[in-house]
This record gives sequence, structure tokens and C-alpha cells, in this order.
Amino acid sequence: METLDESLNIRPHGRSVIEIQDITKRYVMGEEIVHALRGVSLRIHRNEYIAIMGPSGSGKSTLMNMLGCLDTPTSGRYEFNGKNVAEMDDNELAEIRNREIGFVFQTFNLLPRSTSLRNVELPLIYAGINPEKREEMAAHALQEVGLADRMNHKPNELSGGQRQRVAIARALVNNPSIILADEPTGNLDSKTGGEIMAVMETLYQRGHTIILVTHEADIARHARRTVHLRDGLIESDDYLPLMESEFAISSS
Amino acid sequence: MLFREIILMAWSSLGANKLRSALTMLGITIGVFSVISVMTAIGALQNSIESGISFLGSNIFQFAKYPVNVDAGGETKKKFQNRRNITYRQALRYYELMQGNAPEICLKTFGRDLKAQAVYNGVKTTPSLTVVGTNGSFLTANAYTLGYGRNLNDEDVELARSVLVVGKMIERRLFPHETPIGKVIRMSGHTFTIVGVLAEKGTSFGQSQDDICIMPITRFFEDYGEANRTVNIATQPFSTELYNRTLDKGIGAMRIARGLRANQENDFEIYTNDSLKSAFISVAGVVRIGAFVISLIALLAAGIGIMNIMLVSVTERTKEIGVRKSIGARSRDILQQFLTEAVFISEAGGILGIILGVIGGDLLALWLKVDLIFPYGWAIAGLVVCSAIGIGFGFYPAYRAAALDPIEALRYE
Ligand SMILES: Nc1ncnc2c1ncn2[C@@H]1O[C@H](COP(=O)(O)OP(=O)(O)O)[C@@H](O)[C@H]1O
Ligand SMILES: [Mg+2]
Repeated sequence: METLDESLNIRPHGRSVIEIQDITKRYVMGEEIVHALRGVSLRIHRNEYIAIMGPSGSGKSTLMNMLGCLDTPTSGRYEFNGKNVAEMDDNELAEIRNREIGFVFQTFNLLPRSTSLRNVELPLIYAGINPEKREEMAAHALQEVGLADRMNHKPNELSGGQRQRVAIARALVNNPSIILADEPTGNLDSKTGGEIMAVMETLYQRGHTIILVTHEADIARHARRTVHLRDGLIESDDYLPLMESEFAISSS
Repeated sequence: MLFREIILMAWSSLGANKLRSALTMLGITIGVFSVISVMTAIGALQNSIESGISFLGSNIFQFAKYPVNVDAGGETKKKFQNRRNITYRQALRYYELMQGNAPEICLKTFGRDLKAQAVYNGVKTTPSLTVVGTNGSFLTANAYTLGYGRNLNDEDVELARSVLVVGKMIERRLFPHETPIGKVIRMSGHTFTIVGVLAEKGTSFGQSQDDICIMPITRFFEDYGEANRTVNIATQPFSTELYNRTLDKGIGAMRIARGLRANQENDFEIYTNDSLKSAFISVAGVVRIGAFVISLIALLAAGIGIMNIMLVSVTERTKEIGVRKSIGARSRDILQQFLTEAVFISEAGGILGIILGVIGGDLLALWLKVDLIFPYGWAIAGLVVCSAIGIGFGFYPAYRAAALDPIEALRYE
């Protein structure tokens, strides 16, 4: 297995793709101030598979949205591929979301009136790719997640697992380096969730960086590194031992 | 993003709310329709007037108490009401003075107050016949031709004979199976013998010109009274070359007939085809401005409707905007998308309004029996204005959509 080599060097080193330092996020709600993140630092390298865990309300989604350039921190520094995100304008951020990051949400977030194919094509439209090429790429992405026969179905004609696979196809269609998944199995039964995790594993094997938010240990076991959040702070940041990660692969 | 994509997106999201889009569009359609239909009808009228329709018979000028657009304003109307009538005596004086200067001098007075209704054998016409007391020159002066029978002559006038020349409508109504010549009909309390029938003339500006009957002016005065009546005088010169000279002579003769001193202004109106044309054009101008202002107000209201609907649409689609942003839509893309939808509604409404407006205006033109036109200028102006409305009123909603924070938009339920 080619992963053996990698697993031996499981603690990555060298240039990181994501680096955050002392990130905080505060929400002011009337009188009350919510500290969603209280100073989080993290370094993520290319082709890592990270699970971000923690109880509900610990700041996982907030951190995830920040990493996906959807949200901005109250303080702290975020470098994406060595560039300071705070200095990027709307166009640059949109470009990163379009080409570098694929987002998978717990609630799928598909456009309800568009077919699977159109949903998957959407990132390509914003990337300015021409219609023929686009359709081909979208069809290919749907094939990869096993939905070749559901291209012209609308989201309400699909099961939860199928919807999430459409969302994954949309996330990977533009071949982003990083896949961000915020509780992708949260709305699915455990069998369907297992299928989704298998797709994630394939993407990881193919070289994508996977960042996965979950509060289920079962799901987190698929990752090679686990970051625990509690009350907006990193509680632990562990690399799985070789054996256990191998077990994770074979069991999925 | 490709233009094609923007159009497709606009189309599909408008299609998702067909009724709402259609109603919003309708506002624009009404605004554009009102301006385009009026401009088409007036354009068609003006076109045919400029290309030679004559209000009067060819080359003719006319003197009358009232100007054409006497209804324009209360103050001016009063001024003309207080003006002396042109009496039959004055008209006869003019007639004498102009002998040898003009081949046709038509004196005429209208019985508009009579509500005239002709009756023959118990059959009645409508009670709205145009009754004219005049002489034999009426036909030439008003571009009528005799169908059959005979015209009025000088003897009829001298002897105040109770004879009538009637229009085609009267013939059709009262004499469907027999000749009217020599028949006696009753009209407004008097009896008349029909001596002639006019050839059909059709409608002019929507009014039939065939429900007319003409009688000697002297008979008219005897039967219906001379007090409070004014006489119009139409004069046809010998030739076009002599038109201006004859008109000058006519004005001189008219001043003498009216007993005006050298320092007094003319107390009568001079009608020429040119003066009638310019009067029409000035009225048309007022109607145009009116239509323009009304449709501008309608379009403004429609624009506000578009803005309202777009704001609702942005709120409803907050989540969609969030999704689009999360997968790489730039603010500019979102702005374009919503702006395109607004312009799309506006343009679709505008195009429909133009089509309906041209059809409506040309139907009117058809009814007025003038050539149909397509008002290119106004149609293009309409499209430009609609784009401006779409952009103008669509911008704020589109801007709101584009400025949404991606994460807040995504969280919106
Ligand atoms: N938009 C917001 N406004 C106010 N408070 C927020 C908002 N988003 C998140 N929070 C708060 O921040 C904390 C972390 O939220 P979140 O990152 O969603 O947690 P998790 O995903 O780990 O459940 C929670 O206390 C939550 O209530
Ligand atoms: Mg969460």
C-alpha cells in the first residue's frame, strides 16, 4: 500500500497550506458577548486528514467557516498558502472559495430548484469554464460519487445520502486542494454516513486535504489527526498512531 | 461569469415565480403601452396630415367666428363668445365684394343645436344629423361630390326653396329600396324635398361625414331662425398661384363686411389648410406631452414595484446567495444576477407594452382611416427607459444581495 510510506512520516512538516495564530471570534448579542473562539492556533499541511471534535457550541463551525474564508476572525492572523487572508479583497476570497476550497455542509445546502448536474456545475460557472467542459466535469464528479444515474434529479427527488454525495461532487468538481466538511454525516443514518466517509477517504487517498468537523468518535476515527475544541480553545491536537489509522482505513 | 449564464439564471429564477414576475412586469407594460399607443396613433395621424390630407377642400380658405381649438381654455373661450357673430348680411356683403375674384364662395351655417332627425314613412334616422344651411359651393368647399340628383343652386337660395341634398347614410336608412329624389321628408318640424344625394365620403377622425343634409341657407334661417347664428365663409381662388393674393383680398373684403376701421384688429378667424395643420400639430403636441407624463408616472410606479419585488426576492433567497458565495461567487456576480433579473422583468414588460401599444395605436389609426406606422423612435426610447428603470430600481436590491455576509446568509432560514 502506498499509504505506508506516508504513514511512517505521519507528522507532516515543511510549508503549511493553512496557518492560523491566536484566532478569536466574538459575537455581540445585545448585552451578552459570546466568545466562540478564544485564541486558536493551528497549522495544516497539504494532504492532511483532520477531524475537529468537541461538544456542541465549542466553536467547531466557527473555526471551520473561518478556515473556509467564509467568516473573518475578530482578532488573530490567518495565512492561506502564505498569504494573509485579512488583506484579501472580495474577489480574492471568492477565488479561494472557488478553486482552493470545497465546502460540504451538514444540511447539504443544494439549490432546491436545480438538478444535481446544475448544482455541481455551479462552482464551474463562477470559475468561468465554458458550458461543454463544465457539463463534462460535473458529470464526471457525479460519477465519482456514484450518482451517474441521478444527474437530472432535483434535491427533493434524492435521499439524504444522495444529496450529500451531490454536495461532495460540487465540493470536488473544481479540484480544490482542501475539502472542508462540517458534520457531513450529521443528518444521515450510520450506514449512509459510512458511505460518505468512504468517499472522503478516497479523496484523501487522492491527495486532497480533508478537514472534518464532527462530534462523533466513530466518524473522527477516519482522520489521521484529531483536534479537540472546548469552549473556543484547543484542548488537544493528536496524530493517530499508525496502527489505528490503518485500522480505520481497512474498516471503512 | 458568462453573459449567457446570467441570462439563464435570471430566466430560471423568474420562472420559479411566474405569477409574481408577470404581475410586476404588467406595471411596466401598462406604462409603456400608454405612451406607445398614443404616440403611434398621433404619429399615424400626423403622418397622413403631413402627406396631404386636407381638412378643407383643396386651396380653400375660410373665415369664421371661432378658432379651431376654442375649447383650449376658459378665458379664451369667453373672448370668442363675446365676439360678434358673422351675420348673413355681412356674409352677403363679402360675397358681393369678392365677385370676380373667386369662382366658389361658400356661405354656411350649422344647425348643431337642432338634434335633427329625418323621418320618412315612419322610419327615422339617428337624431344627430349634421344640418347645414349653405349654397351650391358647399360641395367644392368641403370636398364632397354629388352622387346623383342635383346640387343646390343659386335659385334655391334666392327663393329659399325647401330642398335638401342628403348624405349617403340618410339615403341608406330611409330609402333602402327606392330613389330618394323627389321624396318629401320631415325634419325638425319642417318638410323638405330631396333633390340630390352626396357620394359616400366615409369617416374623418372617427366621425361619419355621411349623416349630413344641406339646404339653402335662406331656407335654414327661415325654418330655424337667424338670431344667434354665425356664418362661415369658405373661398376657393381661381388657382393655386392666386391663393395668397385672393386670401389678402378676402381678408380686406371681410374687414369691410365687418365694418372694421383701419386700426382695429381682425375680429374673425382665418382658416387655411396650413393653419389647421399647425393647430392639429399643437394639439397633438399637448396630447403627446400628456401621454408622456402619464406613462412616466406609471413607469415610476412600476419601477417601485420592481424594487419591492426584488427586495422580497433577495430576502427569500438569502440562503441561495450564501450558498453561491460559499462556492466562489463574487459580490459582483451576485449583483449582476439580481440586476439582470430586474432588467429582465422591466424589458419583458417593456417589449410587451411596445407590441400592445403599437397594435392599439394602429387599431385606432385604422379606425381613423389613416396609414399605419411603427414608431421606431419611441419603441427604442421605450426599451432604453425600461433598461434604465430595471437598473435604477434593481440596483439597491441587487446591492443588498451582493453585500450580504456569506456566513450570515448561509445561516438564514
Ligand atoms: N452568528 C452567531 N451569533 C451569535 N452567536 C453565535 C453565532 N454563531 C455561533 N455563535 C455562538 O458561538 C458558539 C460556537 O458556535 P459553533 O461554532 O456553531 O459551535 P459548534 O459548531 O461547535 O456547535 C456558540 O455558543 C454559538 O451559540
Ligand atoms: Mg456546528
